Amino acid sequence: MAGKTLYDKLWDAHVVRQEDDGTCLLYIDRHLVHEVTSPQAFEGLRLANRAPWRVDANLAVPDHNVPTTDRSHGIADPISRIQVQTLDQNCTTFGITEFNMNDPRQGIVHVIGPEQGATLPGMTVVCGDSHTSTHGAFGALAFGIGTSEVEHVLATQCLIQKKAKSLLVSVDGELGRGVTAKDVVLAIIHHIGTAGGTGYAIEFGGSAIQSLSMEGRMTVCNMSIEAGARAGFIGVDDKTIDYVKGRPYAPREEYWEQAVSTWRELHSDADANFDRVVHIKAEDISPFVTWGTSPEMGVPVTAAIPDPGSEPDPVKRDGMVRALTYMGLKAGTPITEIKPDKVFIGSCTNSRIEDLRAAAAIIEGKKVAENIKLAMVVPGSGLVKHQAEQEGLDKIFIDAGFEWREPGCSMCLAMNADRLEPGERCASTSNRNFEGRQGQGGRTHLVSPAMAAAAAVNGHFVDIRETK
Amino acid sequence: MDSFKKMQGLVAPLDRSNVDTDQIIPKQFLKSIKRTGFGPNLFDEWRYLDHGEPGMDNSGRPLNPDFILNEERYRGASILLARDNFGCGSSREHAPWALLDYGFRVIIAPSFADIFFNNCFKNGILPIILDAATVDKLFADVAENPGYTLDVDLEKQTIVTPDGEAIAFEVDQFRKHCLVNGLDDIGLTLEHVEEIRAYESRRQNEAPWLFQSAENQ
Ligand code: SF4
Repeated sequence: MAGKTLYDKLWDAHVVRQEDDGTCLLYIDRHLVHEVTSPQAFEGLRLANRAPWRVDANLAVPDHNVPTTDRSHGIADPISRIQVQTLDQNCTTFGITEFNMNDPRQGIVHVIGPEQGATLPGMTVVCGDSHTSTHGAFGALAFGIGTSEVEHVLATQCLIQKKAKSLLVSVDGELGRGVTAKDVVLAIIHHIGTAGGTGYAIEFGGSAIQSLSMEGRMTVCNMSIEAGARAGFIGVDDKTIDYVKGRPYAPREEYWEQAVSTWRELHSDADANFDRVVHIKAEDISPFVTWGTSPEMGVPVTAAIPDPGSEPDPVKRDGMVRALTYMGLKAGTPITEIKPDKVFIGSCTNSRIEDLRAAAAIIEGKKVAENIKLAMVVPGSGLVKHQAEQEGLDKIFIDAGFEWREPGCSMCLAMNADRLEPGERCASTSNRNFEGRQGQGGRTHLVSPAMAAAAAVNGHFVDIRETK
Repeated sequence: MDSFKKMQGLVAPLDRSNVDTDQIIPKQFLKSIKRTGFGPNLFDEWRYLDHGEPGMDNSGRPLNPDFILNEERYRGASILLARDNFGCGSSREHAPWALLDYGFRVIIAPSFADIFFNNCFKNGILPIILDAATVDKLFADVAENPGYTLDVDLEKQTIVTPDGEAIAFEVDQFRKHCLVNGLDDIGLTLEHVEEIRAYESRRQNEAPWLFQSAENQ
């Protein structure tokens, strides 16, 4: 009999009950909650007179709507304010732990889960947010759910699910200098397409993935959904265990050894079978820049914007033409000639300490170029911000002309006051370049933190392998 | 949830792939804490020429004449014909809420994004996957025939065209059962309370750390 994949192991350990057609009731260990996708779920509980099944499995934080400027006077936008207050009230009513807007631990839900050790290897982790796949970096089965499912988890601690197919994306070899986790995942999405992972759970493996830090692994897993997969994960190794150790929600002393020995099993067996396997050579990956309105529309920084005329598929060709019009770009333009108006370093993809260090290393001693109207850094959490300040990174950013903000989702989706104006172009470390994502009419280029920083100080995209 | 058995409806075509949930319902409308009222802001950025914000009176806003759903012949459509990877992007259930509130009960596409697909069933919308060639043909037929309607029968799993041609479709049997009977998942799951408790006590033995709360709270 063939061995088990990591996915099999995670899945099997959480099946409460299975129907003949394969539909399972799956137990959920950790439920993360934020203000946007939860109000209707709490309302549903209240209407049905139900209580949360297991209060201590939930952890809540407001992130999408919070201002990234001074918060001492609350939230100016009344509708955003009500949504955040509704979360506060619901957490108080139902007894759920919440890091409120002014808590030093507040931050983007996908940053604080791992940071607190609330995300652990072997867990099932869900949240009403598609980037929940981030937590898969810990060898956890983590996926985004809708509001009906948020209510379902609150009420029953379970979800009704069918197992997906398994896809192994193996990135082997050594990543070149200046090539980061973000470039790896953009290259993967470019390779398999935004629907390439639909119906699959992706395991990321291979020596290049193993060489990444936990922050880098989170960046890769974060964007699984941009390849169509609800879940993406990576097997457990020493880095995983070292990262978790000592965090507030990590297993207590008396359980630690037992937990670690279970976690050591959390990788695919050597003889496991996958439904599909994709191999990518690490050496082939360059720093990536997206030029269009879908994360698959990306090219190496050394390339030019592709010509829709050479795309044989008519639906794809139309999509490319529409994207170029929206983005205000012409086929054949070298990527390095594109000049952003704004630079955004943040989001659950790239707002962790390692991301801020990488960006700071590029800009140290330099100034933001004249043509950049705004360059901002939004740390992923209060604790990341604090650590960066301890390391003096805030000074580097501020001296260069960046704004140093309070943690939250910010211009990743522009639900708060941070947004692009129509026609503005942004070098962004976030995960989605959809039309209007960062503000109506805004134009997003997805890049790594180092590439965003280099664009800020040069005024256009540059190949960071050619800088110092 | 409303049950879904069969319906006849006018078909509106949205001929682009990778329609994402940010397009279906832009972020500013996600600030609502309600489940209803999203219909007027469905596809807001494509549908109107000005910038929409929650609380606006949408009836007076300038419509984009180039957006297909604004064409008179598609007014009152309840079946949306779409392309690959419809509903990609975020998990926001506001997307199916907006489609439903606008009047769509069926969406036909060659493929859907997973979370969106799942969210549809939870809200009484039937997403139907048909092969690309059939979808192409439907696009052509809709374009040529104003007033083009389809009969969708979930129990029989067929779509019947105005010429009487029957197109079969697949649907997960559990989801079909829930949709046909308008069943609430939570109620179904709570029939298995004992099994959930048994799982928890077994798990508590195997992995007690999963049931502790934070160390220093
Ligand atoms: S940072 Fe962006 S992608 Fe991440 S949770 Fe917030 S809005 Fe979503």
